[in-house]
Amino acid sequence: MSVAATDTPKAPKTSRDWDMAAIAPFIALALLLLLGYFANPNFISVANLLNVITRSAFIAIIALGATYVISSGGLDLSVGSMVAFVASLMILFMNSGTIGDPMLMLIAAMILATVLGAACGLANGLITTVGRIEPFIATLGTMGIFRGLTTWLSQGGAITLRDREMQALYRPVYFGTLAGIPIPIVIIFVTAAIAAFVLYRTRYGRHLIAVGSNEDVARYSGISVNRVRTIAYVVQGLCVAVAVILYVPRLGSTSATTGILWELQAITAVVVGGTALRGGVGRIWGTVCGAFILEIVGNIMILSNFVSEYLIGAIQGAIIIIAMLVQRLLMRR
Amino acid sequence: MIAVAAEAPLLDARGLSKTFGIVEVLKDIDLSVRAGEVHAIIGENGAGKSTLMKILAGNHLPTRGEIRMDGQPVAFASPVDAEARGIVLVHQEILLAPDLSVAQNIYLGRELGRGLTVNDRAMNEGAAKAIADLGADIDPKTVVSRLSIAQRQLVQIARVLLVPHRIVIFDEPTASLTPHETEALLKVIKQIRAKGVGILYISHRLPEVKEIADRVTVLRDGRLVASHAAAELQPADMARLMVGRDVAKLYPDRHAARARETVLDVEALDVPGYAQNASFRLCKGEILGFAGLIGAGRTELMEGLVGLRPAHGTVRLNGSPAHFSDVHGSLKAGVAYLSEDRKGKGLLLTKDLRVNLTLASLGKFTSGLQIDRAKEAQALDQAIKDFDIRTGTKTILAGQLSGGNQQKLLLAKMMLLDPQVVIIDEPTRGIDIGNKEQIYKFIAALAEEGRSIIVVSSEMPELIGICDRILVMRSGRIVGEVTGEHMNENEIVGLATGVTAGEAA
Ligand SMILES: Nc1ncnc2c1ncn2[C@@H]1O[C@H](COP(=O)(O)OP(=O)(O)OP(=O)(O)O)[C@@H](O)[C@H]1O
Ligand SMILES: [Mg+2]
Repeated sequence: MSVAATDTPKAPKTSRDWDMAAIAPFIALALLLLLGYFANPNFISVANLLNVITRSAFIAIIALGATYVISSGGLDLSVGSMVAFVASLMILFMNSGTIGDPMLMLIAAMILATVLGAACGLANGLITTVGRIEPFIATLGTMGIFRGLTTWLSQGGAITLRDREMQALYRPVYFGTLAGIPIPIVIIFVTAAIAAFVLYRTRYGRHLIAVGSNEDVARYSGISVNRVRTIAYVVQGLCVAVAVILYVPRLGSTSATTGILWELQAITAVVVGGTALRGGVGRIWGTVCGAFILEIVGNIMILSNFVSEYLIGAIQGAIIIIAMLVQRLLMRR
Repeated sequence: MIAVAAEAPLLDARGLSKTFGIVEVLKDIDLSVRAGEVHAIIGENGAGKSTLMKILAGNHLPTRGEIRMDGQPVAFASPVDAEARGIVLVHQEILLAPDLSVAQNIYLGRELGRGLTVNDRAMNEGAAKAIADLGADIDPKTVVSRLSIAQRQLVQIARVLLVPHRIVIFDEPTASLTPHETEALLKVIKQIRAKGVGILYISHRLPEVKEIADRVTVLRDGRLVASHAAAELQPADMARLMVGRDVAKLYPDRHAARARETVLDVEALDVPGYAQNASFRLCKGEILGFAGLIGAGRTELMEGLVGLRPAHGTVRLNGSPAHFSDVHGSLKAGVAYLSEDRKGKGLLLTKDLRVNLTLASLGKFTSGLQIDRAKEAQALDQAIKDFDIRTGTKTILAGQLSGGNQQKLLLAKMMLLDPQVVIIDEPTRGIDIGNKEQIYKFIAALAEEGRSIIVVSSEMPELIGICDRILVMRSGRIVGEVTGEHMNENEIVGLATGVTAGEAA
């Protein structure tokens, strides 16, 4: 009679593969840093790196939400237009002057952005779950709606934050530093830490992964699939709101072209970070890494003179494909 | 080890070994198949039967050892290579495209053409014939996702048998079939054997092995422990060789059912399209069986009851009305349903054992906001012990457990919920005889504790062995109840088919 041998000293092959796929984006990032150094030694300077990472903040934060949606088996194409829409409404609200005290006004505007982001996400979530419309189509629809509303709000022009005092008050949220670190970077890491905690440590996160890997198993285990998916879209909306709150002080203005193609960049960051598009696997820190990689590639191209910077889009496209090929290779072994 | 070597074997494997990571699951196996024989492979869950078959069919590469066909060494890089040599495998798991029709699945990858287009009519006809040969009645135009597990199994067998073959490997083909379909399948196997095809046959149903096999090889813990002519072995001998001890009494002793209060009272429950007007009661501490042919609507009735399908009717739990609109509701009320489809609906195959075990009861493992992983790990250790889950390592993925061990993991997962009513659909499908004994004991113990249990099963001896009462369903209706000395196969088959035993014979 056999005895169940349950104590084995080493991990089996399966979990080693797992780890390889998880650390691959970090290895890629390290290699890129090295490449950047050889292309132009200035690249590796602290000032340049902080600058690059700061600029990746919008995509990184949006991509954190996209990690939730994608690992639940969904997709959200509307995030770019959502940024434009929420940011426009936020600026219009601040211009309206309904609250006299600038500080109170700013806080109210931030709360408004948060609520709007969550509401847009909720709409996406309900359309895909209760309305049972494929996420691709549903969010393609809301993408059009958000973009159209923004164009209408701005009447084809720009929406600009007018109040000088308000501008001055709001500026540090993007340009300020905390203990020497630019605030956007702090926010990336704080948001990522919260996202990682919820995804890896809480019941909701476990349910999300279960829904993404097999909806039926989730349903038979008593998990409310629609609720879990809808919340994932709301999380995406909240992440968009955080990105908007960072974005508005940077330029103080929006237009019909704000956030164009950001949805694709966010999805790229998620995929490069090792999250599977078919759902069931979510890698928060991989996503952050993916967003950094995208921005660093652009930066290296500008600093070096090998390739025209007009080719950035093509290079980013190539990165997605290479990332997928590498993942495939790692999975197969 | 009897050498009736009149002719060279079709296939001859020597010294096959297979290691996954650091776990050696097969050690030095010698195996041969001759033309026109059925060679049965038996062994406990996790003994390595499926792994061995997958090596022969080109799904896995052996770590060591060689395979010869017609005296020539061969190496299969993929199942396509093996098929080209005439070796086909009916997998233990169902591998079909759920959104395609039965006929499209059967001809997938070798569609019949007519000029540039596919010839659907010819494929539908061919599929209908292939299925009729297996004694089943499935419309070839039905989409596979609408079929029951048993029907899918038959489609899978039909698909494989259409490939030109010299050796057919069946990995537990009858696990989800009722006696009726099993008989038809065994007939088909005898026909292809008569044509000189070599057959490897895996089953946990030992009487069936006795009936069909010419030779029997027993694996235990990845080693070949015996190989005999089937005529020399009785099912009891096979069980002993497999498990390494006597399995004399499969079913536990049960106390005669006393008068007890009703726990679950179902009245006129309709599951549209599947079950009509079902009424029954379940008492505290009772084990109630549901028998019927494939497609009788037993699974769908249970799924309707727990809120997995739309259903109307009156359900009372402990006297108060209950209506479950989803599993969340039924689990909370203390009614747990264990699906017959453990791979599709029971377990997350790409996640580890710990995640699977606690998925339905995460609330118990959450303190504050956080999941307590240490507590989860402890629960896993306990479950591995209580349910005797055999695995090389605890970090394995659920999909890598052997079939029987997956079933035990699913049982463990649902038991963590501490349910009052447990509905088990096909509790021992694909489970070896030693583990069956354990699971029956376990079900009986649950009833002793005062829980109420519904067992849906296609295995009649199992229902008769453990149930207090058996309800029989036919075409969506409960057509009768058998108790006491009426609990025998004839009575049940009569009710299930609508023909009395005399007529059927
Ligand atoms: N891909 C894999 N990686 C790691 N271990 C595996 C893998 N596939 C199978 N195993 C292990 O190999 C052993 C043999 O499994 P196998 O499926 O061959 O058993 P089996 O005899 O067919 O059992 P059952 O009767 O339950 O179907 C098991 O311990 C299983 O966990
Ligand atoms: Mg098996």
